[in-house]
Amino acid sequence: MNESPALEATALGKRYGSNWALRDCTLTVPAGSVTALVGPNGAGKTTLLQLAVGLIEPASGAISVFGHDPRAEPLAVLPRVGFVAQDHPLPRRFTIGETLRLGRKLNPSWDDAVAQRRVDELGLSRRQRVGTLSGGEQAQVALTLALAKRPQLLLLDEPVASLDPLARREFLSGVLRAVTETGMTVVLSSHIVADLERVCDRLVILANGHTQLVGPIEQLLAEHRLLTGPRTDAAAVARVHQVIRESHTERQTTLLVRANGHVYDACWEVHEVDLEEIVLAYLGTTSAAARVEAPAAVAR
Amino acid sequence: MIEFHLETRSGVPTYLQLVQQVRQAVRLGILHRGDQLPTVKEVVEQLTINPNTVLRAYRELDLEGLVEGRRGVGTFIASAQPPVPPNDVKTLRSSLQRWIDRARTAGLDDENMAALFADTLRPPTISRVA
Repeated sequence: MNESPALEATALGKRYGSNWALRDCTLTVPAGSVTALVGPNGAGKTTLLQLAVGLIEPASGAISVFGHDPRAEPLAVLPRVGFVAQDHPLPRRFTIGETLRLGRKLNPSWDDAVAQRRVDELGLSRRQRVGTLSGGEQAQVALTLALAKRPQLLLLDEPVASLDPLARREFLSGVLRAVTETGMTVVLSSHIVADLERVCDRLVILANGHTQLVGPIEQLLAEHRLLTGPRTDAAAVARVHQVIRESHTERQTTLLVRANGHVYDACWEVHEVDLEEIVLAYLGTTSAAARVEAPAAVAR
Repeated sequence: MIEFHLETRSGVPTYLQLVQQVRQAVRLGILHRGDQLPTVKEVVEQLTINPNTVLRAYRELDLEGLVEGRRGVGTFIASAQPPVPPNDVKTLRSSLQRWIDRARTAGLDDENMAALFADTLRPPTISRVA
């Protein structure tokens, strides 16, 4: 095993024209962790993953994978990384058998036993054309190609965004099984927070190209609290704790805080919060994140 | 063998839920010394949870001495804690009943009492100052 973190970004930035897709992004993904990269569409998640595999070049800062620069030393990085791009592009007219053969030809480290076993477990016929598969099955085939490379780092860009809840669970189960068997590191981006709390052990929240929050999920859950109390100014609390979100009614004030130490005035009722509440608080309730899944339904 | 379940909105960390379920099963006599716990792989597949979480729970139980991991074989119940003697339960229950009567007199309803009990039992990481 390598002692370097699986992924490390330092003041990383990427600009398209005058628009920063990613800016001042600093984070570490320890080897063996399963990290969720969360944020609304356009937050910079895809940009970060593309930088990690050297598909694009940073405008500022640096990124390294297992201690190597993906663009300067692609041979030290690419064989160790599996990447499943958003909407998992596969040749639609190929059969599953042909798709696996293609994978074998393109990847020197291809483990055909892994690929064949997964196809068997999925109950798919090798003669079936990729274009005729359901969304969930296509995602599973894309994952199979990535896993047969025996990667030490698996990058998944919005792998479950288009899947129904059952297919989503089955896909994540396939990822976790591979983690159990090989101890690989996983970074998966998602704008859907459901399932992440049980699947991932670390969280990165990205919004507007900036990292908003980075840390182990368990610690983040322990640090964040929802305070409710009579209407008041948040300033007193803000002197001690980090106030992430505040809302007021005529009589009541509600604050979501990141606790600095553990002392509150007795006028506050203190509640625990789940991961989804934390994510929404950082993204702001009016941001695109809350609406990301809604437009199709609203338009009808 | 036991089957784990998760309460996703309980606010109790996942690894701790697993730990508590094993402790509870031993306490209730569902698991005995020598019984095997599900393998990490089985738990991961059944609950779709991170293997590190299961490992963490089993490590914690191992440190407590409640289970022992045998390399390449699995994790087994090492010691059955003696169940609480029934007489002690009786005494505790009656003193709790006296407390409940006092609390009712003081104007607390069931919900207030439950909240106060839970709060005292498991102080949140955040304590309040008067």
